[in-house]
Amino acid sequence: MSTENENDLLLKIRDLKIEGYSDEEWVGIVHGIDLDLHRGEVLGLIGESGAGKSTIGLAAMGFTRDGCRISGGSVQFDGMELTSKPKSELRKLRGSRIAYVAQSAAASFNPAHKLIDQHTESPVHYNIKSLSESQADAMELYEKLRLPNPKEIGFRYPHQVSGGQLQRAMTAMAMACRPDLIIFDEPTTALDVTTQIEVLAAIRDIVEQFNTAAIYITHDLAVVAQMADRIKVLLKGNEVEEADTATMLSAPKEDYTKSLWAVRSFRRPEKQRPTADSGEIPVVSVDGIDAAYGKGLKVLDDVSFDIYAGMTVAVVGESGSGKSTTARCITGLLPPSKGVIRFNGEELPPSYKKRTTDQLRQAQMIYQMADTALNPRIKICDIIGRPAQFYSGLDGAKLKTRVEELLDLIELEPAQYYNRYPPELSGGQKQRIGIARALAAEPSFIICDEVTSALDQLVAEGILRLLDRLQNTLGLAYMFITHDLATVRSIADEVVVMKEGRVVEQGPKTEMFTPPHHAYTDLLLSSVPEMDPDWLTQLLEQRGVDNIGEAAGN
Amino acid sequence: MDISALSESYPIASIFVKGFALILVAIIASWIFRALLVAVLPGEGAKVMRTAPLTAAFGIMIILLYAIAGIFAPWIAPYSESEVISSAFAPADENMWLGADQLGRDLYSRVIFGARNSVGIALIATSLAFFIGAMTGLIAATKGGWIDQAMARSADVIMSIPSLIFSLLLLSIFGTSMIVLILIIAVIYAPRVFRLTRAVAGDVVVMDYIEAARLRGEGLWYLIRKEILPNSKAPLIAEFGLEFCFVFLLIAGLSFLGLGIQPPTADWGSMVRENATLISFGEVTPLIPAAAISLLTVAVNFVVDWMLYRSSGLKE
Repeated sequence: MSTENENDLLLKIRDLKIEGYSDEEWVGIVHGIDLDLHRGEVLGLIGESGAGKSTIGLAAMGFTRDGCRISGGSVQFDGMELTSKPKSELRKLRGSRIAYVAQSAAASFNPAHKLIDQHTESPVHYNIKSLSESQADAMELYEKLRLPNPKEIGFRYPHQVSGGQLQRAMTAMAMACRPDLIIFDEPTTALDVTTQIEVLAAIRDIVEQFNTAAIYITHDLAVVAQMADRIKVLLKGNEVEEADTATMLSAPKEDYTKSLWAVRSFRRPEKQRPTADSGEIPVVSVDGIDAAYGKGLKVLDDVSFDIYAGMTVAVVGESGSGKSTTARCITGLLPPSKGVIRFNGEELPPSYKKRTTDQLRQAQMIYQMADTALNPRIKICDIIGRPAQFYSGLDGAKLKTRVEELLDLIELEPAQYYNRYPPELSGGQKQRIGIARALAAEPSFIICDEVTSALDQLVAEGILRLLDRLQNTLGLAYMFITHDLATVRSIADEVVVMKEGRVVEQGPKTEMFTPPHHAYTDLLLSSVPEMDPDWLTQLLEQRGVDNIGEAAGN
Repeated sequence: MDISALSESYPIASIFVKGFALILVAIIASWIFRALLVAVLPGEGAKVMRTAPLTAAFGIMIILLYAIAGIFAPWIAPYSESEVISSAFAPADENMWLGADQLGRDLYSRVIFGARNSVGIALIATSLAFFIGAMTGLIAATKGGWIDQAMARSADVIMSIPSLIFSLLLLSIFGTSMIVLILIIAVIYAPRVFRLTRAVAGDVVVMDYIEAARLRGEGLWYLIRKEILPNSKAPLIAEFGLEFCFVFLLIAGLSFLGLGIQPPTADWGSMVRENATLISFGEVTPLIPAAAISLLTVAVNFVVDWMLYRSSGLKE
């Protein structure tokens, strides 16, 4: 698709420097990036968080976030210099010639207006189309993006459609003025695998059809491999390397790139269940539980599985399949309406309020969002120290020693982190603190609820290795809730596949990953993006154009 | 041409000149005050002050002045608040530079003592209202369910009665002692604080860290004190400033109506009423306590605005 013709050059960024204001001084965020984008070309920007991906993406529109400024370099869009253009002129460009698709469509749509009204806003405002033309065009775009009922879906409100549909509606909205450039900022990160495929396929099609140039920002290598013609790797505001997708995947030059590529290589040996005649009983045994929120629809239907000491059971399924609800039943936050949960053979009271302190201590939880799981106003030493104090009655010097031990255990330097607050830490460090808090209770069982899904791959791998090491030394049992099958492959011993509140299949990992599968397991497995640039194309050929994503499951 | 000559020939221009000069003085004073605070305060405080806007510095300066006037009133004021030293409505002289009130008491001394009485009572009443409101609000948000409903609906009942009429009613039933006044104001204002606290804490209790603490088996008091309160502090402090102004105005209003702070205790609200007749003679004396009220209200709001800005994390 890409041509080297100089006339085709749409976006030319030279030596771009961006600074952010913090603590009364300007700190460099992006240190001199060069970037060329031709018409119809898709450039992938990848890197871990804080690499400056989104900042560069926004700068390509001549925009900076609050508290940031472009301090040097030039951004030329179609021959126009954006850094020196007045704001009123820039506003005319944005929406009409440059569009932006944000990570969270749910947060970016105005919940008070219908999708189509938001869609037609910019074409009508810029006098590109009349209202009726624009509406007709919206329906056509919805159809091209394979949204169900394209004639009708636009007249719904954002909360009335699913996450994947909303993300596609946003892509359609970005297309409304037929822009020359679209910036996709992690459009599929918040979606689960089956939905992700639909969005990826839709975005790729539409970009190709209208010959739109795009910058695709993500931290998922496998995704960028499907989407981009060229890939640029960033690290802490500097360019690491740039090459076309095939070269980049097969022969990365820099060590950092190689380390990114190697992340998915972590595997641990699979453990087997103790044999039936050894007489060992499972640590946690979920036996035929049903659950519902309030008097509403049943969200869990006869869910049963066992978790043995020292083993990891991965519970997989797309969002809404009841994974987290099962966890809430085990912890007692949502008392099941039927069935029992046994802990070391002993029946647990359904509600956590009725459980003894020791029963509460035995089962701990690590959360997906470390940001909301750690109280931002409490010091690290108190966050970790509180469970130790609460359950074991430690105080004074003993408590301090215990907290330092725990910090050592999660590989954070005690002297450095003891007195800090959670907002001062990075995402990976916060997640480690979350793990330490769980360990402080000296549990025998830990529920890990999507613990790595909010993290970059390098950081996530570090967390997985840590969890694995802790399991080996402390003999912990894990229930690992995830929708990322790569994680399952690396850490699980047994897999439970859930769909619509039911367990569709369960068994040891190797068995689960070898065919024949249950149809739904197969769909989940085949939807995980692979590092092969042709993977999506081949998958779409296999499944057929109208039979991808959710549709394929039915 | 000096100012007095100017004021004779162009009276309106002179008001502008004086007003402009006053604003200039206020700006310079706040600037110096801020520089002083930056120099005096340790580490974190100095950093906060350096980035504070001038309005906030002005507000802090005024509040500080009022606090000093209130605390050290007996030493600052030349006469006591109830001492009759001259004839009624005597004009200003070298002894009494604001003149005398309707009984011949020194108005300047009474304004100083007013800072102690009006502001002191408003402060106690607001604190009490906050204590009751915040406590019940936090309990309602943490407990939820029927407890929350019962508390919230009771608050609605109290709030549905106009505050001035309600306080007049209660004051006529229970008499007008200072303790009754404080209690009544606390009861009237607590529901407003309750509503805010419940809303703010409601956003906090859904966080995962609260769930983690509940699952640990923590009690209600720990949850409120350690987990929820630190995260809802900022809006509550800002609200304290705003409510303080309302309480202050309510007390002044009640005093003006004769049901608030009783004579001979000096109070700005009643001072306005007692000297109100002078307005028809073109005297500004009754406006001085009124000005003291409005200046404090403005100052508190400046500080509150700044705090809200800081806690909201807005940049531009």
